[in-house]
Parts: sequence; structure tokens; C-alpha cells
Amino acid sequence: MSDTLLEVKGLATEFKHGKKNWISAVSDVSFEVRPGEIVGLVGESGCGKSVTSLSVMRLHRKDTTRISGDIIFEGKHLLELSDRDMQAIRGNEISMIFQEPMSALDPIMRIGDQLAEALTLHTDLSKKEVHERSVEVLRQVGIPEPEMTLRNYPHELSGGMCQRVMIAMAMSCEPRLLIADEPTTALDVTIQAQILALMEKIRRENNTGILLITHDLGVVAETCSRVIVMYAGHVVEEAPVDELFKHPQHPYTQGLIASVPRLGERLRRLPSIPGSVPDLAAMPDGCRFAPRCRYAQERCRCNDPVLHEVSPDHTSACLLSEQEREEVAHA
Amino acid sequence: MSETTTSQTASAEALPKAQNPAKQFIKKFTQRKSAVAGLAFIIFILIIAVIGPSITPYNPNAYDYNALLAGPSPQHIWGTDEFGRDVFSRILAGAQLSLGTALTASVIGTAAGVVLGLIAGFFGGIVDSFIMRVCDVMFAFPGILLAIAIVAIIGPGITNVMIGVAVFTVPSFARIIRGAVLEVKSELYVEVAQSIGCSRLRTMFVHVFPGTLQALIVNFSMNVGGAILSASSLSFLGFGASVTQAEWGAILSQGRNYLATAPHLVFFPGLVIFLTVLAFNLFGDGLRDTLDPKLN
Repeated sequence: MSDTLLEVKGLATEFKHGKKNWISAVSDVSFEVRPGEIVGLVGESGCGKSVTSLSVMRLHRKDTTRISGDIIFEGKHLLELSDRDMQAIRGNEISMIFQEPMSALDPIMRIGDQLAEALTLHTDLSKKEVHERSVEVLRQVGIPEPEMTLRNYPHELSGGMCQRVMIAMAMSCEPRLLIADEPTTALDVTIQAQILALMEKIRRENNTGILLITHDLGVVAETCSRVIVMYAGHVVEEAPVDELFKHPQHPYTQGLIASVPRLGERLRRLPSIPGSVPDLAAMPDGCRFAPRCRYAQERCRCNDPVLHEVSPDHTSACLLSEQEREEVAHA
Repeated sequence: MSETTTSQTASAEALPKAQNPAKQFIKKFTQRKSAVAGLAFIIFILIIAVIGPSITPYNPNAYDYNALLAGPSPQHIWGTDEFGRDVFSRILAGAQLSLGTALTASVIGTAAGVVLGLIAGFFGGIVDSFIMRVCDVMFAFPGILLAIAIVAIIGPGITNVMIGVAVFTVPSFARIIRGAVLEVKSELYVEVAQSIGCSRLRTMFVHVFPGTLQALIVNFSMNVGGAILSASSLSFLGFGASVTQAEWGAILSQGRNYLATAPHLVFFPGLVIFLTVLAFNLFGDGLRDTLDPKLN
């Protein structure tokens, strides 16, 4: 297991609800990220993707959040580290990129000062070396005039530029793991392609492991090597990207893939998954997807599904076998 | 040679000029005439506070028994008091003490309030509840009454007036800054700061505090006016400056005994206090209007 960069085992994150109640946002989430690999974390809004990533970074508020399970990063149990040790890891060994580049940068700090912050916190570089390194990372992320950009304020840059700066900031200390939380959602399609290409370049050149959180299956197909599908706080399917798109096993994944329009296909109406994600406080018993699933049987509503291997490297949490689902479909 | 120079200037002119935020601010601020007038008066009174004692026409503490309670005249333009001391000279000389007291009290009170507000807003939880409940208790007293109580306990004198005024400045600033912190704290860039490894204290001072500066500056400028009034009131009530000291509130206080016979003794110090407080309030209003993006 030495080639694993990040291993998450049985992660459960709960939020305080009212005075004494806790509601579970994600539970029993397990996955791993290896060096030099882009892993996609997919699911619709509110399924626990961001909660998972923030749990890995331990960025949740302590008094209103409870995290259990194991998060092991290069052999270190992150949940057991002191705050100070965790600070030394954040931005240094694990970095994060956020969804909205325009609001992710401090509006009253020059780009140069913000870039320098992570470097001065985590390295012993001199002021001059920090400046040189800042110019270097900005150039790496494709900013045409790094020297000038360093003196700019965030509002003087476009969204795509801000996201590049954000990535430069995240990459400045050469982290082993990069968590990208919907890095391209707020950007238009051409910029999106550039940013994805940039992340691919970072992966290739630095052997960085990347956890890419997105709801966009197109992005996943283009960049990831493995995909984890989450639904209502649970992992429902995990597979290599080709396998997932060719043989999706879980009805939720099938629904997601079916709802993506394809070129050259003439459909009257795009298929969609009926219903919406259940409320965190009122999760159904058994399989959480059962109320929206067209294959759902009686046992789906009373038995908790577990992830099981359906083929090598491919796990699914559907209680029914492929054959059983076909029978239901034809019945 | 000359051709290259021309083309260079031409290209320099064609370049879009970066918007200088300071210039923009000055432009917006100067459009508000009352605020500019306020600022001008503040600068004037500050200059008086610095050089006042050395430009007085008479020694502010010299008695002149030939001119007791004399009304305004060419010799004594603002008249004299019951000991024949020149009122104009006393007000000039007193600017230093009056403004000094108010400014010092405001700075100390604001600094303490800011730190408490930052801690309460940023850390939240029990710390927040505790600080805010203490502030609520202090809010329950009328400000001046609290200052009187404090001065009554620790004794009269200019230093104690400063402490009293500073103490009742603290809760309002703690509350204002806490509110601003709560707003800034929910910004994504604060989370980003933590995600790159900033400690909580560093995040609080480097990333959250600058976001509250706007509220701080505006409220500080308004607070100074209030502090001048409070400090003068305390002196007027006999808690602050002693009778011999030239302080605006104390001068006013002495004059009240002669309200019927020599109204100039209360009119001129009262007018100066009024104008100074007004100037600070107008300036504060102008600052708020200029800085608050919601009002633009």
C-alpha cells in the first residue's frame, strides 16, 4: 500500500443541528488517491463531495462538526494531528483549489503578497527567492506577464486569470496532493479546457495526485483515470473512467450518464432522474437511492447496501445484480 | 531623435491608465462639501492644538483685576472671566488638553474594542457570548453615566477622564467590529487562507482585520466628536480638569455661574465645542458615504 497517497477509510462527517442533534452529511466514505493520478469525485449538489474534501483538509468548524473514520496521508493519520501539524500540511503537502476564483483571493491584497504567503509559511526561502519562485509558478500556470501580475489586485484580473493564480498558489509549495473543488464550474468552456489541461500538466510534471470534485461528467471523462460516484453522503460506485462510462453498474450512475446529451443523437427529451436528493435529516432506510430508482425492490428499502466488487477494480453499492435489474426492466 | 521621443509620448498617452484607488477616493470625498468643511475645521483645530499655547495674545492663566467679567472688546475679543483671564487665550491654550484627552481616550477605547470584537467574531462560541454579554451590560448604562461612575471610583483628574471615556467606547466598537468580522469571516478567501496553512491568529489579523477597517475608520472619526463632548461634560461636572487648567469643559463650567451677567463666558467655549464636534461628525458622515459601496 506504499503507493497510496491518500487513503480515506470509513469517513463520516456530522454537523450539529440544533442544540443536541447531529445530522450525518457523509458516512462510510472510503477511497484512495495514488500519486500522479486524477480521481474524479462525482455527484449532484448536496451529495457530500465538498464536505468530503473539506474533511480531508480539516477545514470544518470544530464546535459544530464531528469527523470520524481514518484519513491517512502518506502514512500520517490526519484526524489525529495537532492543529499546528495540520497547518504545516495545508498548502504545503495538500493544497486546495476552490470553485469561485474571483472570491477565493483576498480582495485587498496584491497577488504577489498572497502568493508569497504560502511560500513564507512553509519554506525558508529569502524574500528574493520567494519573489523568484512566485514569478516561476505564475509562468508555469500560463500567466503572460508574471512580474506585472504580482503587483495587481484580484479585481484587476479576469476569472480565468484568478483561477490560474489560485492554482499557482496551491502549487507553489509543490504539494503531493491537490484537491480541486469544482475548479472550472464558474468559468466558461474555453477557459475550462485550459484549466483542465493545466491540471493535467501539473499531474504529469510533478506526479501530483489530484482529487477532482465535479458534477460535470464531461470533465471527468476528459481528465480522470478513476471515478468515485457519490449519492446522498455515500459512495455508490467506483471504477476506472472507461469502465464506468461503458458499464455503469449503479442505477444512479446510469441515470447520470444517460442525462448527458450526446452529439448526433436525436432525442425528444433528455432522460432525467426523477425526484431529488433526500433531505439530510430525513434519509430513507435501506438504499438511499431506492425512492428514485426504477429497479427498486422491497429489499432495497430495508437492507443497507455495501460496496462490492462487480468486476476487477469496479465496485458498486447496488443490492441487485445486473441480471436482476434486467429482469425488473423487462417485467 | 525627436521623432522617437514624440512616438514614445504618444504611446504612453495611449496606454490605459491604472485606476488609482486613492485618487478615486479623494475625488469622491471632495464632492461632499460638508465633509470637506468638516475636515478643514478638524485640520485647523489640530493645528491650534499644536501651536495654540504659543500664540495666545495673553498668558491664559494671568489674572487681570482691571478687567473682570469684561465682555468682548478689541483688547479681549472673547472677553474675560471672573479673574480677568482672557477667554480667547484660554480656549486657544485649552485645545491641546481637550482634543488630546478625547483623541487619546478614543484611540485606547477603540483599540481595546477592536481586539475584543475580532476575538468575539472570529472565534465565536462561548468567548463570543461572554464578550458580547459583558458589552450588553455596559450598554445598559448611559455612556456618560458609566464614565461618571468610573471617574467617581478612581477619582477625578484628566487621566481618569480618559480612562472613563475610553471604557465606554469599548463596547460599541467591540460590537461594530464583531459584526464586520462575521461578514468577512464567511468570505471564501478566509477559508482559502486557512487552506494554505495560515494559523487562526494569522488569518484573523492578516485576512479578516483589514476587511473591518472601513467600518473602523468611519466609526472612529464619529467617535472622536462624541469623546470630545463626553470629556468636556465630565470636566463641566467637575470630574476632569481642575479649575486652574484651561480645558474647554472646565471653562464652560466656570462660566455657568455668570450666565445672566456675562453670557460670553459660556457662549464662546460652547460654540467651539459645538463646532469641533460638528466637524468630526460631518467628516465621519462624509467618510462613510464615500467608503460604503452600498451607498454609491
